[in-house]
Amino acid sequence: MLKSRGLRPIQVILILVALSAVSITLFMTVGAKGSWGFVLPFRGTKILSMVLVGYAIAVSTVLFQTVSHNRILTPSIMGFDALYILIQTGLIFLIGSGGVAMLDPCLLFACQVVLMIVFSGILYRWLFSGSSRSLHLLILVGIVFGVLFRSLSGFMQRVIDPNEFVVLQDRLFASFNNVDTSLLAVSAAAVLATSLVGWRFMHTYDVLALGRETSINLGVNHTRTVTIVLVLVAVLVSVSTALVGPVTFFGLLVASLAYQIAGSHKHALVLPVATLLAIVCLVGGQFVLERIFAFDTALSIVIDFVGGIVFLALLIRGNTR
Amino acid sequence: MIEICNVSKTLGDTIAVRGVSLQIPRKGVTSIIGPNGAGKSTLLSMVSRLLPMTAGTVTVDGLDVTSAPSDLLAKRLSILRQDNRISSRLTVRDLVEFGRYPYSKGRLTPEDREKAAAAIGFLDLEDLTERFLDELSGGQCQRAYVAMVLCQDTDYVLFDEPLNNFDMKHAVNMMKLLRRAADDLGKTVVLVLHDLNFASCYSDYIVAMRDGDVAHQGTPDEIMRREIIRSVYDMDVEIQDVRGRKITFYYT
Repeated sequence: MLKSRGLRPIQVILILVALSAVSITLFMTVGAKGSWGFVLPFRGTKILSMVLVGYAIAVSTVLFQTVSHNRILTPSIMGFDALYILIQTGLIFLIGSGGVAMLDPCLLFACQVVLMIVFSGILYRWLFSGSSRSLHLLILVGIVFGVLFRSLSGFMQRVIDPNEFVVLQDRLFASFNNVDTSLLAVSAAAVLATSLVGWRFMHTYDVLALGRETSINLGVNHTRTVTIVLVLVAVLVSVSTALVGPVTFFGLLVASLAYQIAGSHKHALVLPVATLLAIVCLVGGQFVLERIFAFDTALSIVIDFVGGIVFLALLIRGNTR
Repeated sequence: MIEICNVSKTLGDTIAVRGVSLQIPRKGVTSIIGPNGAGKSTLLSMVSRLLPMTAGTVTVDGLDVTSAPSDLLAKRLSILRQDNRISSRLTVRDLVEFGRYPYSKGRLTPEDREKAAAAIGFLDLEDLTERFLDELSGGQCQRAYVAMVLCQDTDYVLFDEPLNNFDMKHAVNMMKLLRRAADDLGKTVVLVLHDLNFASCYSDYIVAMRDGDVAHQGTPDEIMRREIIRSVYDMDVEIQDVRGRKITFYYT
């Protein structure tokens, strides 16, 4: 059964757990100067946010690819995070940075997530709930939506007061070095809630991957399940974009790798493998950048560079399975 | 019994199926024939709830397919369409075991595994169980899908052009197998077929459709007549008795 590789899925997961434990330990301890009472909480929040982001991106990408029946599109390529940025910009444009600052950040985040769910529901549901559509049409629609959202945000950013723009930029250009920690608790709660909902459908994802008609034949309520998955994806993308800003190709990178090494089609294995890979990439990558190369560049640039190459390679190989 | 009552389907401006009423009897093989665009596949998709109907009702053993819970229907009726593309990398065994999903919801019991093994044996796929679907030929792949549908163990089994991708030998084997599924396993098999001679040799009942409506229905002997085939296909054919079967000759 495992003729091409010697590792069983469970071994892959154990190796990845070990790797992520190593990278987290390294990140927490290497180059620590001064009191541990400061270092550990300081780095701990960074780790926590990277784990949350890794989990959110990996799970949202794999689930999105399952409901869209392809392995090239990701929520970011389809413009989900551009939509989140548009909502952020629109809020500042409409009520001003003063008004936004007055609001409770958790409440604000909740409002943004709700808006995100409503809009992504309207925009994307028809794409996936109907009969199968061509991959090229989907990519095209995604690019057009992405450009539309970015242009609208760009327009509003040019029109608003420069001071407000600075506030906005501060919110949007977050990187892994400068995580918005005020949102950490509410993000963790949102991720936990989506995971609890998503867990109940774990066995359905494998069937959904068989395509709309086969899954209906096997008794899955396709439209309802796809809608639920898209809502979960919208929440997870909101979490990751709120914490670190858009990382376009990271999801594609970890999802493609996860399909390769998981050695199984089962989501119960692919999802943890993708999540662990994401954590290893983020924490390990951040460690290498910060401690070894002493770069002050954002990890997301490196990730997008590598991920973009993988995306092109997948497109050229025509590997749309 | 499948009862189709005044079912219509409009796609944009065109009417694909116009007010079809039809009863498909329990047990046996029923074939739906007709020219391209006659609405055969559309009708089958609506019966199997893959496509919502514009008007009308379909009931399967008294269950209305639009309102009955989908997982309950999945234990009564299964459908196999022509083109099936899967994005995940599955082995034949994985695919066939998915046929047990309506019963096991992903947790296979030993009984489920037995049924899957039986379906694999029924389709003579034992040598291919661990092969990945993308390594198989079109015909082998089609057989794996048929095994999945049989593994689902429903009273009603619907096939949309099951002979696609098959050479002569496999086409005949498939029809014999469907016949056996009806005779030995007591299933109700409904097929959309393009090959009139297969329909004539293997069906108990033939429904001929044209322009979105049922034009004729009856036993093979009643349908395989020159004037009926002409009125359905607008084509003159010769029909001869060969070894007690009605065979059409339409190649020249």
